[in-house]
Amino acid sequence: MSDRLIKILIDSFPKILIPGLRMTIPLTLASFAVGFVIALALALIQVAKVPVLNQIAKIYIWIFRGTPLLVQLFIIFFGLPGLGVMLDAFPAAVIAFGMNLGAYNAEVLRSSIQAVPAGQSEAAALVGMTYPQIMIHVVLPQAFPIAFPPLFNSLIGLVKDTSLASSITVIELFTAAQQIAARTFEPFALYCEAAVIYLIFCTVLTALQGWLEKKLVWKTPEEKMVGATAAD
Amino acid sequence: MLEVKNLYKSFGSNQVLKGIDIKVDRGEVVAVLGSSGSGKTTMLRCTSFLEKADSGEMIFDGSHYEMEKIGRREIHQLRMHIGFVFQSFNLFANRTALGNVMSGLSIARKVPKSEAEKIAREMLSRVGMLNRADYYPAQLSGGQQQRVAIARAIATNPVVVLFDEPTSALDPELTGEVLDVMKKLAEDGMTMVVVTHEMQFAQEVADKVVFMDKGVVVEEAPAKQFFSAPKQERTLQFLRRTMRDYTYNI
Repeated sequence: MSDRLIKILIDSFPKILIPGLRMTIPLTLASFAVGFVIALALALIQVAKVPVLNQIAKIYIWIFRGTPLLVQLFIIFFGLPGLGVMLDAFPAAVIAFGMNLGAYNAEVLRSSIQAVPAGQSEAAALVGMTYPQIMIHVVLPQAFPIAFPPLFNSLIGLVKDTSLASSITVIELFTAAQQIAARTFEPFALYCEAAVIYLIFCTVLTALQGWLEKKLVWKTPEEKMVGATAAD
Repeated sequence: MLEVKNLYKSFGSNQVLKGIDIKVDRGEVVAVLGSSGSGKTTMLRCTSFLEKADSGEMIFDGSHYEMEKIGRREIHQLRMHIGFVFQSFNLFANRTALGNVMSGLSIARKVPKSEAEKIAREMLSRVGMLNRADYYPAQLSGGQQQRVAIARAIATNPVVVLFDEPTSALDPELTGEVLDVMKKLAEDGMTMVVVTHEMQFAQEVADKVVFMDKGVVVEEAPAKQFFSAPKQERTLQFLRRTMRDYTYNI
């Protein structure tokens, strides 16, 4: 490797990393939050079989899972202005990623809710809980640990999918790499560098997942047993 | 006090209940006996509206309800006065024993937390589980879980408690501790309907026995009379078979 290339890589590292921290991460978190809210709403509508809304939820999921994310992004950013809806690049990306993720995670949450044994809701109904109380206090707290690994999976996927936002003028990690690659004529090195930074982000997330999963599980008998006897 | 009349229920083409009548008076313990598939559990599930009856009438504390037409609000109102104990316990896996017993009070009835906890601790002590208050269901034996489930069912001060084969999922050793708790409840005057295979329990604790077979009530009699002088041939056959098993067990 030539000295020039090493210098380019070192100089460009913060120039790629900083848009990553300033844009890729906020974009990921905002999109994930929007997606989670949509997913939870769609899942609850389907589990409760709310008439009409249930059909709408199914059609929504069908469309957003059945079309490419990049096309959705283009429709929202380049297409909607034709209908008089002008959006800045960042909100357009959050909406596109969020709506897309909502469709996928709706299925994750729905199946997790349905994985909670029916006896749990029956028992809750018979101690006098209403449907919302059953969901909030019994079913969702048990569904969430089941949903957690696949949800986190989609979060890690999203980190990388945000690179698509470069195509709608969002200056994020990959956009920065593209610009430097064009200037220095070193596409191979710079795109590899971008890949490494994505890999670092995802490594941190993977470690975070492992740590959170341990925290989240309430019923590891031995551990809790020790705690409980100590409390006695 | 609680009466169900003419209860019908089918699953598809399989008619499980063919006009069941059952009546419980205040302070009474009714044992419902019958072989598997006789419809006992379905009867209890219809009575608590976990299954929707095809038709039937319920009279509860003087109010009449048509069971096939009853609305969600009325079901909720009725459930506020009924306790239910499942064969498979169904304790909330995300809550401790104490949290389980409190839930009917603090969540469903909006009783202040401190008061709910006080009542819940009393109930746990009644079933001998106070020292396990902070344990999660997964850390308790089947018998212990069922005792907590009984505490949860009685914590809300129900008018009647329905038991759906409460000991069927337990080994004989654990069965004893649950039956002891139920016996104590009966002695304290709790109104109970107990679907069970425990003949000895029915004989010792029940005031009245209802014997079901193939979706109908074959015989209903005071417990003493039921065991000493059954009137129906089918009852006699059932008793001979189950009681012979019982002597075999010794």
